[in-house]
Amino acid sequence: MTPSLRRWVFLAGAAGLVAFYLWGLVGLPGFGDYPGPYGFIVNHIAVPQTKATGVVSAVNFEYRGFDTVGEEFILFTAAAGVSIVLRRLRGERQRPAVDEAADRDVPATSSAVRMLALLFTGPVVVVGWWLASHAQTNPSGGFQGGVILATAFILVYLSGEFLVFKRFSPVNLTDVTEAVGAGGFAAIGVSAVAMGLPYLYNFLPLGTTPGAVSSSGTIALISFFVGLEVAAAFILIVGELLEQTLLIRQGQ
Amino acid sequence: MQYFPFVVVAWILAVGLYGIVTSRHLVHLIMCLIVVQSSTYVLLLGVGYVTGAVAPYFYDIGVHTPAVDPVVQALALTDVVVEAAVTALLLAFAVQAHKRFGTLDPQELVSLKG
Repeated sequence: MTPSLRRWVFLAGAAGLVAFYLWGLVGLPGFGDYPGPYGFIVNHIAVPQTKATGVVSAVNFEYRGFDTVGEEFILFTAAAGVSIVLRRLRGERQRPAVDEAADRDVPATSSAVRMLALLFTGPVVVVGWWLASHAQTNPSGGFQGGVILATAFILVYLSGEFLVFKRFSPVNLTDVTEAVGAGGFAAIGVSAVAMGLPYLYNFLPLGTTPGAVSSSGTIALISFFVGLEVAAAFILIVGELLEQTLLIRQGQ
Repeated sequence: MQYFPFVVVAWILAVGLYGIVTSRHLVHLIMCLIVVQSSTYVLLLGVGYVTGAVAPYFYDIGVHTPAVDPVVQALALTDVVVEAAVTALLLAFAVQAHKRFGTLDPQELVSLKG
């Protein structure tokens, strides 16, 4: 198919799509007129029912908990996929992770980058940890916290070098953390089944004060495990991409 | 302008699709896919919006304060993270495709392997 023919086929398809979209738009309630009732019901019952004031987290880890298990395993599979796709192929060799030309003049990382990265590493770990452990109270949770925790390790790479990054995040440890994160979520669900309750039932004490860190039972715990899983998955992905760029070479 | 956000959704979707169809570089194609997916965030958040309502967090406000739909927000949240991981997987495929075929042009890749 030539590029111009492809473009015409696309334009014809897009015209059909636009027609159907506009047709659908006519039946949609206007912007700002969300008719409910599902979201409104959740907003009203979530706080008394789960003692979590962050209703988005309550939806993610309680009402839609089963869907979130699936989404977490998409993440798990994608990280595993990156490691498999970026493995050392036939006809490639892995360089040792040492400087092979020790006498050459390597431009040093600028002091500004190094200082800023070192300055930010500590606060980033604290913010990531705080987000991952406060899903029940405010707009935070394992997904956001995990990504921010992973950036701390990327800052280590920026301020030092690949070897230091590898020392801070050995592949075995990252793999185990990722598995614990993904498995922990599923295990909480199975524990409820073992107690004779529905899968992912919130079986932990909910606490009395809505929005307290100790409130909301399994919501807080699941969010923590999701944080572990997301952080480990992203460190793994970044590590694999860096390894591919820096260590894998053509030839035997 | 009651439907303006939904028109924006259609525009983002169309721009992304056009980019995918005419792409001459796999990395560009993956970025276009992200643009297509971004339209779903605008759609989800637009559908659940309630005029004059607050975010669905009741830490320091009453439970009966009008708030927007939390379900679509939860969907958008997981969507963002999963998209980032899937993008990494696609970029890994692009790296290997470049190694194997020596090109990142999807139209040349088609002529190499059907």
